[in-house]
Amino acid sequence: MSKMHVKLTVNGEAVEGLAEPRTLLIHFLRENLGVTGPHVGCETSHCGACTVDMDGRSVKSCTVFVAQAQGADVTTVEGLVNADGSLSVLQEMFREHHGLQCGFCTPGMITRAHRFLMENPTPTEEEVRFGMAGNLCRCTGYQNIVKAILAAAEMMKAEDTPSSTEGVGQQKVEAAE
Amino acid sequence: MIPAGFDYHRPADLSAAIGVLQEHGDEARVIAGGHSLVPMMKLRMAVLSHLVDLRDIPDLRGIEIGSDSVSMGAMVTQHELISHEGLAQAVPLLREAALQIADPQVRYLGTLGGNVANGDPGNDMPGLMQCLDATYRVTGPEGTRDIRARDFYESAYFTARADDEILTRITVPLPATGTGYAYEKQKRKIGDYATAAAAVLVGEGFASIAMTNLADVPVWSAEAGAALAAGDREGAVKAALAAIDPQEDMRGPVEFKTHVAGVVLRRAIDRALARVAGGNS
Repeated sequence: MSKMHVKLTVNGEAVEGLAEPRTLLIHFLRENLGVTGPHVGCETSHCGACTVDMDGRSVKSCTVFVAQAQGADVTTVEGLVNADGSLSVLQEMFREHHGLQCGFCTPGMITRAHRFLMENPTPTEEEVRFGMAGNLCRCTGYQNIVKAILAAAEMMKAEDTPSSTEGVGQQKVEAAE
Repeated sequence: MIPAGFDYHRPADLSAAIGVLQEHGDEARVIAGGHSLVPMMKLRMAVLSHLVDLRDIPDLRGIEIGSDSVSMGAMVTQHELISHEGLAQAVPLLREAALQIADPQVRYLGTLGGNVANGDPGNDMPGLMQCLDATYRVTGPEGTRDIRARDFYESAYFTARADDEILTRITVPLPATGTGYAYEKQKRKIGDYATAAAAVLVGEGFASIAMTNLADVPVWSAEAGAALAAGDREGAVKAALAAIDPQEDMRGPVEFKTHVAGVVLRRAIDRALARVAGGNS
């Protein structure tokens, strides 16, 4: 049960560390790397508070051994802010629509929603609820989370249309300054 | 939450994986998606000294749609079953059922092979595979053999696969064009195992019926299928209910589960019949 040398990419940065193979990815992220956005809400793989994006898939990092994540490309909520450190559209919409209260499920919710919207950019309310069903929330009753995700989808769609590229470009210039 | 320590192996081919299993006997176990095994290890209900990760073995991947059957690698994930181009058309029952299994995150990692080999009567794919008359291919030190899904399950967590064998592929015969299908699952919430579930295929002079989580193994009933093939809906329900042996647990007492089994089976039959070629929805 000796420790293994773990190398992976977290939020675009190559990281490494020593860990026992049995170490869960969530613990490696939180304890070895100090990436404490993803949370632990259960021990039965239900709650999804530990959700991260691993090699293009939403995964519950409490149910992945760090040994299995060797070489993986992992994104957590910390990596989902805009390049300039401002909130992403999804994060902004969670704030705007009051899609969080205690905030404990939020990193997993946002990370899951990020992948969900990449796979389904124009979801219905029903699709949002089904697509987010691996994430439990104790505070919100889900209603505002659904609103936030639908609003984010609308905004992203608007940003993608050619007529608005100028505006996006201006935002980027402002951010760079 | 904290599993016991283990040595981790990531073999690049099947023979190397079988080698590790042979060397360490029942101290070793393969890990596929890990979404039944890791939770059991976190509760220390499974304590293993060696884990053999199958993720790097190419033979265990891929979905191939042939002229009379579909072959799926054991490491194909539920997400791949759902999103594969062509599979939904070839065997639509697979996608319908996979969408009722677990939740998005679990479906990205949980595999078809892990689901059918696990041996937990709560898993949905075993009954489905019996309904579809799937064949499982296993490879061990003695070579490769095929086992019908209808002969695979012995009791809860006991199957026809030997400890040093690895399930490699699942082959499903293509249902005839226009075959009606349905997987109807009653559950308490998203991600729950079924209180009762029924898989139904029905076509001209043909029907197959299997049920999930209503005994310590999936239940495929030849009599129920024969009755439905003959157009006897209530006879089919009666035969299927005679074949189940539900146990009381937090999902309800035996009487309730038997009642729910009848309800989901009737719904599945009705939906499948409505989908027989010519019907819609």
